[in-house]
Amino acid sequence: MSLDDLYQEIILEHYRRPRNSRPLDDVVARVHENPACGDAIKLLVEVDDNGQVGLAFDGKGCAISISSASMMTELVKGRTVGEAEALIDRFVRAMRGEIPSEVLDELGELASLKGVRKYPVRVKCATLAWHALAEMLRNGFRPSGNQVG
Amino acid sequence: MDPVVATLSYDVAAVRRDFPILGRSVTVRGTGEAAPLIYLDNAATSQKPRQVLDAVIGYYERMNANVHRALHRLGEEATTAFEESRSAVAESIGARSPAEIVFTRGTTEGINLIASAWGRANVREGDEILLTEMEHHSNLIPWQLLAAEKGAHLRFIPIREDGTLDLDAIESLLTERTRIVAVTHVSNVLGTINDVRSIIDAAHARDIPVLVDAAQSVPHIPVDVGALDCDFLAFSGHKMCAPTGIGVLYGKESLLADMRPYQGGGEMIRAVWYDRAEWNVPPYKFEAGTPDIAGAIGLGAAVDYLRRIGMPAIRLYEEDLTRYALARLEEVEDIRVYGSSPDRGAVISFNVGSIHPHDVAQILDSDGVAVRAGHHCAQPLMRKLGVAATARASLSFYNTAEEVDRSIGSLEKAREFFRRVA
Repeated sequence: MSLDDLYQEIILEHYRRPRNSRPLDDVVARVHENPACGDAIKLLVEVDDNGQVGLAFDGKGCAISISSASMMTELVKGRTVGEAEALIDRFVRAMRGEIPSEVLDELGELASLKGVRKYPVRVKCATLAWHALAEMLRNGFRPSGNQVG
Repeated sequence: MDPVVATLSYDVAAVRRDFPILGRSVTVRGTGEAAPLIYLDNAATSQKPRQVLDAVIGYYERMNANVHRALHRLGEEATTAFEESRSAVAESIGARSPAEIVFTRGTTEGINLIASAWGRANVREGDEILLTEMEHHSNLIPWQLLAAEKGAHLRFIPIREDGTLDLDAIESLLTERTRIVAVTHVSNVLGTINDVRSIIDAAHARDIPVLVDAAQSVPHIPVDVGALDCDFLAFSGHKMCAPTGIGVLYGKESLLADMRPYQGGGEMIRAVWYDRAEWNVPPYKFEAGTPDIAGAIGLGAAVDYLRRIGMPAIRLYEEDLTRYALARLEEVEDIRVYGSSPDRGAVISFNVGSIHPHDVAQILDSDGVAVRAGHHCAQPLMRKLGVAATARASLSFYNTAEEVDRSIGSLEKAREFFRRVA
């Protein structure tokens, strides 16, 4: 597989111009990090009166992690919490190879991340934002975590 | 050894033939062609020469038995080989006696051993532990845990713009509450070779012991614990041609003798009752359980191997190659190298423009060039440098200028590929 297959044009386009991305310096939320590389992402999750999820992110990362976060916000925006959780589950499991990659074809532009499955280390890049969102939904949008000291 | 003779007599092609893995090729992604592997991740772990692999296999094929327990032939031979490795290690770093060499799993375990066995007995509430701003997590977290448990405080020798330590700050950082100083010899990010001797002198003037994290120094530069006069020094076998799972903690005999054990179990005791036990003497007091016998024998073979080439020759060659790599890197547009210490090891961290290091490393990997990308287990230092991550090329005595050239070619390719986005 070539570099162009891994870094598809859609991925590079989202990397160049991430959707729903803005500085969240004044938002109190945990920064989710990929411990393998130090990439970090902060999410703003809001649910409106109709139960629809609203999302914004602020992240530092590689082409794979930023584009995946960008595509995630587009896919999840306007869904219910339950729907969002189901999408996260399907995406993460498909990326890990636990379910067939064809599942990604049903997730619109995210199908462009199929090639990442061949690179186990990069799967963590692609799923960083998704794990962050899952944790926030699980904890009622509150940050959590353990630390030393 | 005379340095000039060392350079002249150094035959990198012959050295490379000792490493089976350097003969393998990798498929270039995209073209499908086979390209020779270019391994530039030596700061993470080194490759292993045939001599070490043979020693490990030889142990399992001819003398596999537990050490210090059996009186049968195999047990005797295994114990002899195991202890010969300890002696070889002691001699190679200038220890006074093999009793000063504790076998561990690696640098991390060695530092944890000191933080636990020495630290818990000697560090109290309000005391201070002095580190530097360039420590690997393995020489930071054990002290954080100790400080949290004891109510002690961590202090840090600051780094300057060029990636060297601000040694002028030491005098004010060493206080009457400082209990121990723990510093890295060579930075695994910046490549800086620290003047640990000066730090040790300053600390000893106040009777404060010093631990040296030598994970990145022992494999690359001649290290003599006697000349340094350090109290503890920890390093890993796997970064110096030995297998993973074996490491060394050097400790001055008098300090080791006074220390409590680290873990309890077999081997570390002299006599045991149901309610109490007497400890064995160092180093056995700190080696509970069956050790990594094959690993230790492999480490002995690695020490012999490096000694035959000669650490001064290795240092000279790597110094030349690093200088060459730095010069070639400077030709790359938008390159930023982190750390410019005049006295430096073969570690080069860099970024290319705003391309994420993961993406740089991915493109290099597609050409068969292995470099590291990430925070290199030094997140506080990364924050200090104002980056989330860097790419890192770390050289060894079996790398060549030609490999450097090909890697630069791949870097140019990465720059070209991401020109449109980053």
